[in-house]
Amino acid sequence: MALAKRIIPCLDVTDGRVVKGVNFLELRDAGDPVEIAKRYDDQGADELTFLDITASSDNRGLILHIIEEVASQVFIPLTVGGGVREVEDVRRLLNAGADKVSINTTAVLNPQVVKDAADRYGSQCIVVAIDAKKVDNQAFEWEVFTHGGRKPTGLDAVKWAQHMVALGAGELLVTSMDRDGTKIGFNNPLNRAISDAVEVPLIASGGVGNLQHLVDGVTLGGADAVLAASIFHYGEYTVQQAKAYMSARGIEVR
Amino acid sequence: MQKVDIAVVDYGMGNLRSVSKAVEHVAAGKSVVITSDAAVIQRATHVIFPGQGAMPDCMRELDARNLRSAIIDAAKNKPFLGICIGMQLLFEHSEEGDTVGLGLLKGQVKRFAEKLTDENGSKLKVPHMGWNRVYQTQPHVLWNNIEDATRFYHVHSYYVVPQDSALTVGESEYPNRFTTAIAYGNIFATQFHVEKSAAAGLQLLNNFVNWKP
Repeated sequence: MALAKRIIPCLDVTDGRVVKGVNFLELRDAGDPVEIAKRYDDQGADELTFLDITASSDNRGLILHIIEEVASQVFIPLTVGGGVREVEDVRRLLNAGADKVSINTTAVLNPQVVKDAADRYGSQCIVVAIDAKKVDNQAFEWEVFTHGGRKPTGLDAVKWAQHMVALGAGELLVTSMDRDGTKIGFNNPLNRAISDAVEVPLIASGGVGNLQHLVDGVTLGGADAVLAASIFHYGEYTVQQAKAYMSARGIEVR
Repeated sequence: MQKVDIAVVDYGMGNLRSVSKAVEHVAAGKSVVITSDAAVIQRATHVIFPGQGAMPDCMRELDARNLRSAIIDAAKNKPFLGICIGMQLLFEHSEEGDTVGLGLLKGQVKRFAEKLTDENGSKLKVPHMGWNRVYQTQPHVLWNNIEDATRFYHVHSYYVVPQDSALTVGESEYPNRFTTAIAYGNIFATQFHVEKSAAAGLQLLNNFVNWKP
């Protein structure tokens, strides 16, 4: 097999700046999205994901400017998520230079947006983000949550994933809300259950604390791509180090 | 009259900004124009024909803008680069929506089979999405300064099967070999996204904008 597993650094953006204290050596302005994107590109990142966490709707347009700037200088795929409510939001982000748009809460509130966006722009650019949490429930093991993990939906994450793919999602970004920020590794049983249930690629997210976690995400969780934020931002590991580690353990990387 | 070196054809299918930005990056001093005007396409010395989404929509939008003859004319007469669906449209027919293509090149566009697995029995996902090796099956000036088996970014569920295998200049594996780059006279076309393939993609674009077939 020659298709490489992808490593995707994730950047949180608010009010036009990258937050979460990215820590690169020699980088004076740690919040500049273009500089950060270029740095990850130089390190060999396979894609970049920008998550717009802007609270006020007044400032949401600022992400468009960032994407325009990054897309003019960094020539790898860019995914943008956060605050996508309607097909028009998808159009604006694609026109700004995003290659894929990630839809999360809106997919639950109004699944038709996923279908309409996929019909109009193609499944290849529609990522559905699923935030899932383990629940004590006879009917299913993982439940879909929205609004940053605060609101339960009553939906079975595995069935939901299949439904989203049927509506046109070309990729799934699965975040374990139990693991996010814990640094104890991905929720591999969750990812494996979803990956085995769908035909489209799965990006694992939430919980990475070391490089073995990235390997496990692929080998145990069946992920096609692994997303991480803090291990890269705080300079604990570079993307090159992550690739070398994965490659030494038999995983194809670029 | 405005000088046009490189025309990026806009027929309403997908984001052309990344294509034009990548071309501008390698074509300093040249004018790069995103256009849906047949006259501009006719004036350009080089034409890039991208495409995203579904093949039936692409054909419909192309005809809605009356661009069919301008595309065929350009593909017959000047350096012409098709990307992704822009490659698939050059062929006769696609399984996607049972669509008739432009028919400039003989061959079909087929979907990856269902339930594909790799040599370890692991499931292969469709779309084929990510960085895959491209094996240069024939020399071509557009491969200059690009090593054989370099990885390029792919995202697609359909691939071309040229009737004449001599058209194929690049192949990838998923899990079987398939055509991911073709060349015919002044036409070069790639299934992968040159504009999203980092340094190797920029090198290919640089080779294209300087190509004098």
